[in-house]
Amino acid sequence: MIRWLVAVIGLSIAATSVRAADAPEIGIGYLGRAGVKAKLSLVELPAENDGFAGARLAIEDNNTTGKFLNQRFTLEEVRLKDNEDAAKAAAMLAERTSFIIADLSADDLLKAADAVRDRGTLLLNAGAIDDRLREQDCRANVIHIAPTRSMLADALAQYLVWKQWKRWLFVVGSHDQDKLYADALRRAATRFGAKIVQERTFEDTGGARRTDSGVTLVQRQMPVFTQQAPAYDVLVAADESEVFASYLPYRTWDPRPVAGSAGLVATSWHAAQDQWGAIQIQNRFVKLNSRHMTALDMQAWTAARMIGEATSRTKSGEPKAVSDFLKGPDFSVAAFKGRRLTLRDWNLQLRQPILLVDGRMVVSVSPQEGFLHQVSELDTLGVDRPETKCKLH
Amino acid sequence: MQAALKEDGLRMWRHCLLSGLVAWLATAAPASAFIAYVSNEKSNTVSVIDTNNWTVTKTIKVGQRPRGIEFTRDGKFVFVAVGDDDSIQVIDVAKQEVVDTLPSGPDPELFALDADGKILYVANENDNTVTIIDVEKRSRLGEIQVGVEPEGMAISPDGKILINTSETTNMAHFIDTTTRQIVANILVDARPRFAEFKRDNSEVWVSSEIGGTVSVIDPAKREVTKKITFEIPGLRSEAIQPVGIGMTKDGKTAFVALGPANRIAVVDATTHKVTKYLLVGQRVWHMAFTPDEKYLLVTNGVSNDVSVIDVAAQKVIKTIQVGELPWGITIAQP
Repeated sequence: MIRWLVAVIGLSIAATSVRAADAPEIGIGYLGRAGVKAKLSLVELPAENDGFAGARLAIEDNNTTGKFLNQRFTLEEVRLKDNEDAAKAAAMLAERTSFIIADLSADDLLKAADAVRDRGTLLLNAGAIDDRLREQDCRANVIHIAPTRSMLADALAQYLVWKQWKRWLFVVGSHDQDKLYADALRRAATRFGAKIVQERTFEDTGGARRTDSGVTLVQRQMPVFTQQAPAYDVLVAADESEVFASYLPYRTWDPRPVAGSAGLVATSWHAAQDQWGAIQIQNRFVKLNSRHMTALDMQAWTAARMIGEATSRTKSGEPKAVSDFLKGPDFSVAAFKGRRLTLRDWNLQLRQPILLVDGRMVVSVSPQEGFLHQVSELDTLGVDRPETKCKLH
Repeated sequence: MQAALKEDGLRMWRHCLLSGLVAWLATAAPASAFIAYVSNEKSNTVSVIDTNNWTVTKTIKVGQRPRGIEFTRDGKFVFVAVGDDDSIQVIDVAKQEVVDTLPSGPDPELFALDADGKILYVANENDNTVTIIDVEKRSRLGEIQVGVEPEGMAISPDGKILINTSETTNMAHFIDTTTRQIVANILVDARPRFAEFKRDNSEVWVSSEIGGTVSVIDPAKREVTKKITFEIPGLRSEAIQPVGIGMTKDGKTAFVALGPANRIAVVDATTHKVTKYLLVGQRVWHMAFTPDEKYLLVTNGVSNDVSVIDVAAQKVIKTIQVGELPWGITIAQP
């Protein structure tokens, strides 16, 4: 049996002023994962409503706009526990909503997408960064708001190359997703002219992420691990599993900066991002949720805003009209990134600038100046049209 | 007031000494001596420019994050919205310093004064509201709920309609200034930043920064009748982000600031066709004409300067260094 963690948000404030006009209701579902991801840093432990909180803010924004267009938006949350069937959960949610924002693993996302395909339900992938979902495993009913690993890796590589830090000491974790990120970073190094001078693997031998005397041990371990490296400019770490990368800054044998999964990190959003009017959404988010806005929150916000954008442009909540508009040539959305975001029509991936952050500040935003492209500079990030393996339909 | 006049006189006298004989001789006909006030968003200052010799004559300290800036109708004061201080400050033009504060509501960015200069309408970005302020009494008269992130403000030439643009809702809201109710909502392209009426009330133009267009709206029919687009060889369309708009009094020529495209588009306001692009400084934002319409001054945020455009020749003739991230600009009417 699927156990549901259902929260129907009536979004009373915005909704009450609208109801009088008996506005047509546009339901959006949020299908996420229960449980908290392991993180090395306590300050990065995600909140229980990570992602959903962003969607909730977008529903409020959509309802403020909807007030003038006689449209009303609702949001329904379903959290999937381990071993629960994503296909079944998606099918049940699809009975009530035509749009589902998904924060699922790649496999679960594909199960969910295939389960609701014949209903005409549109999935908006806010959580999975796997390139294969946009390539060989792409689906015509899934739009991807989350950036891919290759987009994140390219964004980082462009900056490191611009900075003339072209010699990388490369450290890769032993888990599958670490290896996927490592692949993306290797590809990026080749594309933009960086050189991996040596590659090392950091084996996860198990053990706790938190111990009372952890720092003492780490301080001895990390310098030794990074000893006797060939000359390099920057240590690039691929550690999505959060096993070791956050221990590297300030502890490398040679005094070198760290990038990748710690140090300078590529991300779609950060609480410190305040350019291009972003301070306004950061303020709104904190006011509504009493915490900082994460990348997943922003990806979910953008997903729900895209539905709002499409319904206001088409003046319709009809799923096919909304879906067609989103996939069509006239769609673009503003998401505090300094330029309009559009969809790659060959795989339905949202083009977007990527932030490079150090944990406290936004250091830079890629694409970097000088990386040119015949269609859009944003397509210098990630897998481009000529290389795609995606065949929609 | 007398004290102020005395100081003003003193300043003028000092100014004469400073600019010296050469300047006076060079501008034998000193007809175009105007004063421009520029808000510098990052340095928390306002630069005062003398258009007689195109120099900054004074830098006034103001509150945090000054953006929207406007002369009062009598030309005696300048209002400047200091968003991070949640207020609008009043600069006494004679004293060239902040003398008072208006209650603006949270995070004011742009505002509009009514024809008599008695009522101020302020866009509060953080609150989805427009606040109405009685200028003399320094009190709030009311609020109007609008879309997400209200920004651009403009009042129709007959004073009957206030336009407010909301950046995330992507609308131009038409507000009846008598009833203070929204009477129409016009959908435009993404992130509408600024609205400008033609003097004959035949059109209102709304710039969409992220959408990259200017929507021409018929105020009578209340619908978009035309969208002006911009194409610059060698520039990606994403880099073309229209913000500030200036229109000549005869309604024949318009100038549109294109933000990070570093250009001002010259638009034939009758045919709505772009006739020329003028290269200015980096991230060009807002603009103001001298009252004789001989010159147009535009703020360049990233290059920290103001470009001066000869309106008749459609040429950039001068660049003036100001504070950091110049944003808004206003010039006193004679």
